[in-house]
Amino acid sequence: MTVTSQARTDEVRAALSRVTDPELDESVVELNFITGIEVNGADVSVTFRLPTYWCAANFSYLMAYDMRDAVAALPWAEKVSVVLDDHMFVDAINDGVAAQKDFADAFPAEAAMDLSSIRLNFGLKSFERRQEALLRHLLAEGFAPAVILQLTVDGLARVSLNEEGQKLRARYLERRPLAGGLAAAFVTRDGTEIVPETLTAYLRNVRRVGLNAEFNGALCRGLLAVRYGEAPPVLPAEPELIDFLRMAPPPAPRL
Amino acid sequence: MYKTKSGEEIFIIDGHVHLWDASPENIKNIHGKQFIDCFYGYHSALSPPEQLWTAEKFAKYGVEQMEKDLFIDGPDDMAIMNPTYLKDFYKNGFNTIEQNAVLKKRNPDRIILNGAFDPRDGEGGIEALHAQSELYNIKGVKLYTAEWKGNSRGYKLSDPEAYKYFEVCEKLGIKNVHVHKGPTIIPLDRDAFDVADIDHCATDFPNLNFIVEHCGLPRLDDFCWIAVQESNVFGGLAVVLPFIHSRPGYFAKVMSELLFWLGEDKILFGSDYGIWTPRWLVEKFMAFELPDELVKETGKQLTLDIKKKILGGNAARIYDVDIEAQKAKLRHAELAMA
Repeated sequence: MTVTSQARTDEVRAALSRVTDPELDESVVELNFITGIEVNGADVSVTFRLPTYWCAANFSYLMAYDMRDAVAALPWAEKVSVVLDDHMFVDAINDGVAAQKDFADAFPAEAAMDLSSIRLNFGLKSFERRQEALLRHLLAEGFAPAVILQLTVDGLARVSLNEEGQKLRARYLERRPLAGGLAAAFVTRDGTEIVPETLTAYLRNVRRVGLNAEFNGALCRGLLAVRYGEAPPVLPAEPELIDFLRMAPPPAPRL
Repeated sequence: MYKTKSGEEIFIIDGHVHLWDASPENIKNIHGKQFIDCFYGYHSALSPPEQLWTAEKFAKYGVEQMEKDLFIDGPDDMAIMNPTYLKDFYKNGFNTIEQNAVLKKRNPDRIILNGAFDPRDGEGGIEALHAQSELYNIKGVKLYTAEWKGNSRGYKLSDPEAYKYFEVCEKLGIKNVHVHKGPTIIPLDRDAFDVADIDHCATDFPNLNFIVEHCGLPRLDDFCWIAVQESNVFGGLAVVLPFIHSRPGYFAKVMSELLFWLGEDKILFGSDYGIWTPRWLVEKFMAFELPDELVKETGKQLTLDIKKKILGGNAARIYDVDIEAQKAKLRHAELAMA
């Protein structure tokens, strides 16, 4: 592999690492879904796999689509192919994504709607999950609720945080625009204000969203490991979001 | 029967068990193979190593093995059998009421036999439901909203066709509706994991109980939200409970959430046998304690009394099982056999 193609492969992996599984709110790279990245000049081909043969076609489609878009956004990339392997709808998904069809057009007999509402719903879940993680971090670092809730988006970006806090903040700010609304850094999913008096109850309420994603993530990792005969990744007994961010070595590129 | 160290007997109703046939002879196509492989994935991913079965045994374990695992080696006093037909994948079906009836015949006091219907079957399906009621005197049904049928890729419990069936259920005294809201077989269209339809039918049929199997996983968060608003919505622990071994920390958090949102009277134990066997699940659950910090945060405990409700008391209440009378009946049956 030439220096250029190695560098480009790394760029592709970096682009893919920003694509998430909408249900689990984790990167497809960290989840070990990517099985191959091939770069040939300006042509890129990416192959991926999922924990079961039955994994929801709509989510699979979203991920394949997002991967293609992420790689195609690299300035040098000209031809991008993303191929799913070992799934009950491989053909419909691969052909549909290659032809840049909407989900509804790829599955004309089955799909009654496009994927935008699912994308938004899971985007908002991701928003809540990341917000909760950041809020709990800030509270644990000693910031007072009133101070936190007065921050604007710009103000939050300027707060001095440790390494973990910076990661959590970056992840949250990626999703913050989805909730729209006020200039405040922290709002509900509808874009309305959160006040210090109700912060505890609010956190209690959104907590189930984060827990759900983590629980599903643990299940999917286990199923993926069994399906492909690999040892399950080692995590602490009670992994937190940050452990998921740190873990998972990138899979060996297909050379 | 499970006995605590102090000698107290705890009556166990296993809320979710299967007797399936996924042997190579019964598999119709690639989907049937992939389906049992996926179940085996759940088994392998979440069982303790000493509880692992071979793929051959897992495909078809048979009646006697099941009796042994549930009632002889295992702690179950009773078990609720929910059918899963899958006739498109398996020549004789995967786990039909007729197959399950074999176990019921051999263990009449231990098995609660449930039926199934599909609202898309129209009038013919309503007749078939009457027939199941007459033949097996069923008190519950299992529904699978994501199942394909002809051109349909699933249905919602809030569809008018489903309501016709619920009216028949009320009339026939079939008051427990188990709904598979969990990892689905073919989750293609819309958002097949959506649990919102439960909200509507639970409000409109207050005399029926809706038991959401797998607590709505992967949508546990949405399920908790719905269940808190509906007094007749229950959560089945199948698939959730095995995490007690592989991820006890998560299990503790999920259990706390369920206790907080659903409450101790609305959670039902289920092993999901043959994916997992009840013995290790019950032993670990009985030994399990919620960490103090979680108890402090949610204000919810997992006491012995609450464990008893989850392991049997709650199911007994909705299936009209008189636990003391049932204990006596089972003791008689054992003496007669000895």
